[in-house]
Parts: sequence; C-alpha cells; structure tokens
Amino acid sequence: MAEDSSRLLIADDNKVNRLLLSRGVELLGHRFALAENGRIALEKLRSEPFDLLLLDIEMPELDGFAVLEQLKADLQLRDMPVIVTSSVEGLDNIVRCINLGAEDYLPKPVNPVLLKARIGASLEKKRLRDRQKALVRRFATPEVADDLLQSGFALGGKRIHASVLFSDIRGFTALVESQGPEETIDLLNTYYMLMFDAIGSHGGVVNQMIGDGLMALFGAPLPLDDCAGSAVAAGLEMVELIEQFNLERSAVKKAAIRIGIGVATGDVVAGYTGTQQRATYTCIGDTVNLASRLEAHTKVAGHGILIDDATQRALGSSVPIRTLGEVLFKGKAAAVEIFAVAPPSQTNASPGDRAPLQFSR
Amino acid sequence: MDESVIDRAVYAELRDTTGAEFAAELVDTFIEEGPSMLAELRSARTDGNAERFRRAAHSLKSNGNTFGALKLAALARELEVKGLDAESARDGAALVALEAEYARAAAELKALRNG
Repeated sequence: MAEDSSRLLIADDNKVNRLLLSRGVELLGHRFALAENGRIALEKLRSEPFDLLLLDIEMPELDGFAVLEQLKADLQLRDMPVIVTSSVEGLDNIVRCINLGAEDYLPKPVNPVLLKARIGASLEKKRLRDRQKALVRRFATPEVADDLLQSGFALGGKRIHASVLFSDIRGFTALVESQGPEETIDLLNTYYMLMFDAIGSHGGVVNQMIGDGLMALFGAPLPLDDCAGSAVAAGLEMVELIEQFNLERSAVKKAAIRIGIGVATGDVVAGYTGTQQRATYTCIGDTVNLASRLEAHTKVAGHGILIDDATQRALGSSVPIRTLGEVLFKGKAAAVEIFAVAPPSQTNASPGDRAPLQFSR
Repeated sequence: MDESVIDRAVYAELRDTTGAEFAAELVDTFIEEGPSMLAELRSARTDGNAERFRRAAHSLKSNGNTFGALKLAALARELEVKGLDAESARDGAALVALEAEYARAAAELKALRNG
C-alpha cells in the first residue's frame, strides 16, 4: 500500500452506490470502510481513525444532515472533512450541507475525475490542518492546543494575570566546549523532554526556547486557578527530574548539570504577534523581565529557584521559602524583595547556608 | 435491444472507469437489490409512510442514473419529488409504470453485462 494512502469511510444506504464509491476510492489507492446509515457511520468514526467521510444524505435511521450536525458538535470529529455525495433534490439542501460544514458536494452519479480531485483536495487540507495541530502541540499542552485551534489565532494581546518561569542550564557554554556537538544536541533533547514534562504536567506552556534556556507561562493562554503555585511546583519538579537525570549521567561518568529557575507573578500582556502566515504566542511586561532577572540571579544567590514577592505571597505554607532580602536589578527603578524556594531535600540546611544547591547527589 | 432503455454512453463510461468485471458485478447487485426497493415503495405506500416512500424512490432514481437507465430514473424522480399522492390511484398507475420500466432496464442491463 502506498505511503500516502488514506482511510475513507463511505456512508450510503444503497448497496450499488456503496460498491461504486468504494471502487472509485480503491482505484485512487485509498483504503475504505463502509456504513449503511448515519448511525453506523458515527459509531465507526468514533471508534476508528479516518481521514475523510463520503456521506450520502438520504439514509434510514440517521440521515446525512443529522450526521453533519453531530460531527460539528463533536470536539474530536469537528475537523473531519466530509464530502457529500448525493442526488438529493433542491439547491437549498445542498446549501444546507455546506452550511453544516461539508467541505464539498458531489452530485450522483459521481464523476470519477471530480471524485479524485475533491478527495485529493480534502485530504491535502486535512494534512495541512494536522500539521498545524502538531506544530501547536509542540509548544502547548494538548488542552491548550485544542483551545487555541478552536478560538483561532487572533492576533493582538490582552492583559492576563499569570506566572512566568525562566530556566537555563548553568555553565552550559563550558559544557558545550567539553563535548561533541552530537552529544550536546542529545543532552538538550533529553533536557527539553524532561522540562516540558514538568511544565506541562502543572498546566504550563513553554512558549520560548533559546539554546539551553526556556520561558514558560502559567495562566496564559488559558487561565489557571493557582498560577504561582503551579509555576513553583513545576520548578521543583524540574529540579527533581534533573537530579534523577544526573544519577544516570554520573553512572556513565558524565558531569552533573545544574539549572537555575526564576519565577515572577503579575500582569502580563499576552497574545499572538506576527502575521497570519507566521505568528508566535508572545508575552511581555515587567513580570517577564523580572522572572528573567531572577533566573540570572540564581548564579549569584546560589539557590536553584528564585521567586518574587507576588509569587511568594500566593504560595501556601506547604512550600518552604527563604527570604533573601532586597536586590536592585538592572533596568529596575526600585529594589525588589526576592525569595528562594528550597526543594524538600534542602529544607534541613542551616539558615545561613548559601552554598550552591547540589543536584548531583 | 432497445437503446431508449439504457443510455449506452453512460453504461460504457461506467464500464470504462470501473472495469468490465466490476461493472458486471455492479449490474448483478442492482438486479438483486431492485426488487426489494420496488417492494419497499409499495409497502411504504400501503403504510402511508411518506419518508420511506421518498427514500425508496430516491434510491431507484440514483441507481437508474448510475446505469444510464434514464427513463427509470425519471419515473423514480417523479415519485420522489411528488411524494405520496393524496389520490392513491395516481401512485398506483405510476408504480405500475415504474415496475414495468425496471423490468425492461434489468433485462437490458443483463444483456449488456454479458455482451
């Protein structure tokens, strides 16, 4: 079977029509399954993967209009391309199919050349949509991706209360110089996989990756009940995952890696910027700058996770916090109070301990 | 053979685009299914079920067009569009005409399939 072979569902109550359509589909090199009415068609669509539905209108039990309505209301199936093949009478019925989301209408008996062209166009459109979805999923969790795809990519920002997390690998440049490029790419891939996992599992979205650094949002584009708590929980999990990763690395005599994390909470302006062809979800504002400064400051402070006052106030008492006093960051008019989050394993350290956190053991 | 029953150009195109063997199979299926569609028309009329009546007529029209049985398709379309008639005598006459045309179309298609 050809690699670009697709799977089609043919729904028609008339046996001659079913045979004829399946022959046409088969001659185009695609696979197919058959349904004798709308109810069976929906059952199959909900239990097996299909790329396209060829739908008759006049069918017993559940007709084509009802199938189109149910597909439209179904989150999983709303993007299923549908080509209506019917000899239904009346232009208003054809208009109704298109209004209900059918991609195309082919009158019966279906012309094979037209069938080939329409199937090809519909499958190509679906491939593009699937590719777009896959791209969105690369920087968002499936839930966020679905929301984005549903709401569309409207350009323009809005003010959102959110937590911003920055993280990067300490001493990355030295690390890169000490090993081959393949090994570095390998390390980055593992690192990103772990970080995405920790961030996504707490409702965050990675919206930027630069070298070894990343920026994640909690509370945007989708609101989160406790964005500060989620961001800090994600940060703690990131540190924990890196510790586990380091155990594996030390087993093969590789140097441990360390990460620094900064979290700030407040209003951000977030939205899509760019053009309709190429847009990126952007987030700007003081909160973003502060989170970035906090992350950079972890090198100086000797703590793995630094947070701002707003984040600290939003946290419950379950997370051990250490006050580090005020710091005047570059580009800031006033000094800000900063706090360190100690991973559970660090809670017994003496209060004055400013030694860098050891992630290797 | 009566060329007014089956439009030869339509049938030839069907055979050329799907293959002779497949076209023959399709004719067999139509001849198998046809009587039950006609029976459905009669039974829907007896039950006064307009929706089933329309659907059965629609099916026969669709198949008639596929094989080039243009007169059969036209008669079936008339029943589909008009629906169940209040004056059932008219339906009765139309049904008899449709059944007769179906018999002619089936016989012609059988001959074409073998030729």
